[in-house]
Amino acid sequence: MADLFFLTIEHMVLVLIAIVISTAFGILLGIISYWTPYLDKIILWTVDSLQTIPSLALLSILMIFFGLGNVTLIVGLILYSLLPIVRNTYIGLTGVSPHLKDAAKGMGMSKLQRMFKVELPLSFPLIFSGIKIATVTALSIAVIGVLIGSGGLGYPIYRGIQTMNFSAIIKGTIPVVIMAVIFDFFMSKIEQKLVARGK
Amino acid sequence: MIQFRNVSKRYGKKTILDNLTLDIKAGEFVILIGPSGCGKTTTLKTINRLIEPDSGEIIIDGKDITKVDPVKLRRTIGYVIQQIGLFPNMTVEQNIAVVPKLLNYSKEEIDAIVHRLLELVNMPYEENAKKYPSELSGGQQQRIGVLRALAASPPIVLMDEPFGALDPVTRDSLQEEVKKIQKKLGKTIVFVTHDMDEAIRLADTIVFMNDGKVLQVASPEEMLQNPADPIIKSFLGKHMNHENNAANLVASDFMRAKVLTVPKTKKTLECIELMSRRDVSSLIVVEEDDTYLGTVSVDKIRAQGKAGKEIKELVTVESMTVTRNSNAQEAFELLIASPTGYVVVLNDDNTVAGLITKTSMAKAMGEALWGEMTQ
Repeated sequence: MADLFFLTIEHMVLVLIAIVISTAFGILLGIISYWTPYLDKIILWTVDSLQTIPSLALLSILMIFFGLGNVTLIVGLILYSLLPIVRNTYIGLTGVSPHLKDAAKGMGMSKLQRMFKVELPLSFPLIFSGIKIATVTALSIAVIGVLIGSGGLGYPIYRGIQTMNFSAIIKGTIPVVIMAVIFDFFMSKIEQKLVARGK
Repeated sequence: MIQFRNVSKRYGKKTILDNLTLDIKAGEFVILIGPSGCGKTTTLKTINRLIEPDSGEIIIDGKDITKVDPVKLRRTIGYVIQQIGLFPNMTVEQNIAVVPKLLNYSKEEIDAIVHRLLELVNMPYEENAKKYPSELSGGQQQRIGVLRALAASPPIVLMDEPFGALDPVTRDSLQEEVKKIQKKLGKTIVFVTHDMDEAIRLADTIVFMNDGKVLQVASPEEMLQNPADPIIKSFLGKHMNHENNAANLVASDFMRAKVLTVPKTKKTLECIELMSRRDVSSLIVVEEDDTYLGTVSVDKIRAQGKAGKEIKELVTVESMTVTRNSNAQEAFELLIASPTGYVVVLNDDNTVAGLITKTSMAKAMGEALWGEMTQ
């Protein structure tokens, strides 16, 4: 049982590391797509297609570069999480009312000031909802990490499958589900607050 | 002082500004007005370089604005838009402080500015500063929008139909406040509107534009008296009659010209017959040479008249009369006092010009107020 607790924490930490990095990159890519009209299609298409690669295949390819272990899993999770974050950042930024952009520009804000004082804060509710989707998805995908030798709750599940031990499978699965539900619940709460304030 | 020198702007084939040349004097409240698509908003936005003209130059206080960094330029020019554009993620205080912060004012200075400005529009700091824009009414929001534009004391403030989306009562009070503030602080305000009421109310100078050209630059008074173009005339509409004529209206403007007169030699029964056919209760009686004699009422003929007699003995001469050039107000007062409900208008040669009744008076006043009536 202590083992399971440790694996749960490990699982969560791996996912959170990936999400933090993915958020940073995702928002950056979202901003770049928003600023450069011809790049937006390329970036969005790229993160779109990343999502279509089966997770097992993606991790296997990454293994060639990063070897076995947690790093490969984190990189895989980052790539998977990019899509909702980049897309929502892009949609959020383009969706900021043109009047507000006009006002911000007319008052003498530079491009960067407009981004950080007006456009990003106003898009944040949507960006956050992208992060939420990415987090919940990453929690479940991280289970496959066991196949490339990383830690987390994939291990007890995989062992359960190999030994045909049904209760081991359940024991590994339940923490994943509970984590996903808890993250979803609390992040949705925050999301609602953000949306209400942005009105 | 803002000078436009041969400024042109095209979008594709469409010419928005056509070789525009215009001077805006410092400290003036200047209103750009004209039909939609006339280029007024484009003109406004070239001043803070939100729109760059294709050719020509714009000079502010002797400096060609293309030589100034647009971001720095905009910080010295206030900007208010119709959609208000308060940042919903910032409080009232933070919204007002945007430009001072961009200009690196100290915290104490900014604090003082916010306090002073909120006081200027009677929105106490304690009650309002920490609120978010969504917690304010539309009128309050635009007040803050105006304050935000004033915060860094820019000498020039641009306003793009700032009160267009407000209800009439709120608009009235905001117009008054803005006019007061402009006078008090001596700002140059360039203000776009399509509402002539607003223009006449606020402007020192009205610039009337059409098809990217300036048709007339004049004070409201001057434009009302001598509109330079039929388009301006139609835009002024009701104001033309109202502003121009109310003071110099004369009795003849109020009268009904077609009136029934009878010579004093007419017989009583004929008169009664005439009155019942025309559905009137009295007639105007004239001498043989058509000069005015008096009136005769149906009651009087019935009470004292004898069949077959001429009506000249029954004529009442006390009826109210005015000459056709009498002041309208005088005629109006007579009409109110008149027991018969009408006033006779006479020409200079004492012939009858017309009749002012309560109906003709009401109709004429309606026209003065709202323009030509269809009926």
